Amino acid sequence: MSSSVLFDAPGPKARARNRTFAVVGSAALAALVAFIVYRLSAKGQLDGAMWDIFNYAGVRNSIVNGLVSTLEAFAMAGVLSLLLAVVLAVGRLSDHRPVSWVATSVIELFRAVPLLITIYVLWVGFFTKEPLWAVVIGLTLYNGAVQAEVLRAGILAVPKGQSEAAYALGMSKTQVMTTVLIPQAVRSMLPTIVSQLVVTLKDTSLGFVITYEELLYAGRQMASTILVDGENPYVPVVLVFGAIYVAMCLALSALANWIERRGRRAKTGIKVADAQTATPEGAGVGNVA
Amino acid sequence: MNVLLDHLDLFRDGFIGTVSLTAASAVLALVLGVLIAGFRVSPVPPLRAFGTVWVTLLRNTPLTLLFLVAFFVLPQIVFPGISSYVLGVLALGFYTSSFVCEAVRSGINTVPMGQAEAARSLGMTFVQTLRMVVLPQATRTVIPPLSSIMIALTKNSAIAGAFNNPELFSVQKVLSDKGFNVMVIFVWVALAYLVLVFLVSGFFRLLERRLEVAR
Repeated sequence: MSSSVLFDAPGPKARARNRTFAVVGSAALAALVAFIVYRLSAKGQLDGAMWDIFNYAGVRNSIVNGLVSTLEAFAMAGVLSLLLAVVLAVGRLSDHRPVSWVATSVIELFRAVPLLITIYVLWVGFFTKEPLWAVVIGLTLYNGAVQAEVLRAGILAVPKGQSEAAYALGMSKTQVMTTVLIPQAVRSMLPTIVSQLVVTLKDTSLGFVITYEELLYAGRQMASTILVDGENPYVPVVLVFGAIYVAMCLALSALANWIERRGRRAKTGIKVADAQTATPEGAGVGNVA
Repeated sequence: MNVLLDHLDLFRDGFIGTVSLTAASAVLALVLGVLIAGFRVSPVPPLRAFGTVWVTLLRNTPLTLLFLVAFFVLPQIVFPGISSYVLGVLALGFYTSSFVCEAVRSGINTVPMGQAEAARSLGMTFVQTLRMVVLPQATRTVIPPLSSIMIALTKNSAIAGAFNNPELFSVQKVLSDKGFNVMVIFVWVALAYLVLVFLVSGFFRLLERRLEVAR
């Protein structure tokens, strides 16, 4: 049972103490949960009628519509940000000073400004009628900058002999980049790239602020317009929508972990980055939105 | 230029709002994060499970949803009329604590095994080992990830402005209602965030240099 070096396999005394902690801790948690449930049911949030709203076709439709809009924004932003990332990463590594200077400042700017502000400016300034594009372009700029740094780290991590060999074969810099460096960088950084896509997925919910009708917006609309016995069904809505988000993000995280495990199996000499996901095994640090 | 100079007090209040919101939720996140990290490596299974659930749930939930929970569900559980500042701090702090927890946990993993073994052989308990031997040494490795977490926190605090908490992002709402050009306002707001982010990363770089220890 000594899975950790931090504590010994417990003896009789320690086991008794651990059991006490376990009981006390569980009791405290159970008390907290009971208090929350009690308060919420006192407010009528847990009544059957409150949860009945999910039986209506209209409610289900708007959940599905919200989900589709979220996935739509995510898919577009995901693809576009990866394209932008390749451009920015290559630009930053360019031999031409002005090019690398421009790419660096674009990356630094969009990484430092809060995504909400980027999206809001795009919305107010250019896409007042089409919030979808404000969300997609905002996400593309921010995540493109972040993914560019990921990709750059990957390119720099490719063993030097690879590019030297390619140059020795007479390849041009463009050829070396596109046929030797980027494919290897993408492969070794794939777990991190997918983890960053989880962030992209989570951040589509910022569309909520600029009235893009994605999942969270649908939830908010639902919770504030439906009245059951004079109360808004915030708790059922938050629980259901939270579950949908967590499920989507966990699925993507699982994909990242799977890719990482596959990468570790193949022995190519290029280190595959840790999948920095929120699944129990991974102790990574990524996914900082 | 006029927008900034004419409404300097508004911008100043927004700046102070963002700084205090960030600082308060950073403290909350650090305390909770270290505590939960302790839970996750502890010998008590229910606490470990609680830590895992905490991290998994909070890291996979959009922050905007947490803000919704804080502003609409929390007042029903505790008591209505909590200030938007406290609610914002809670949402930001809880969200960030899950990232802090994972940073601390991976920091703990980088401390050489012999250190914990030596502490154990001296007869130290789990809490003693963690508090006196492992965590102080983990601090150094935790600083760089903590730096990016805190920068993310600074930027995420803008979401509190969208929920009517006075800070930098909400400054634009007041001014654009008065009919000023939104783009000009945002140039200043974005500049203020740039300054903040560079201050935070500079502070952590300083910390990193001060805490540098040869192992």
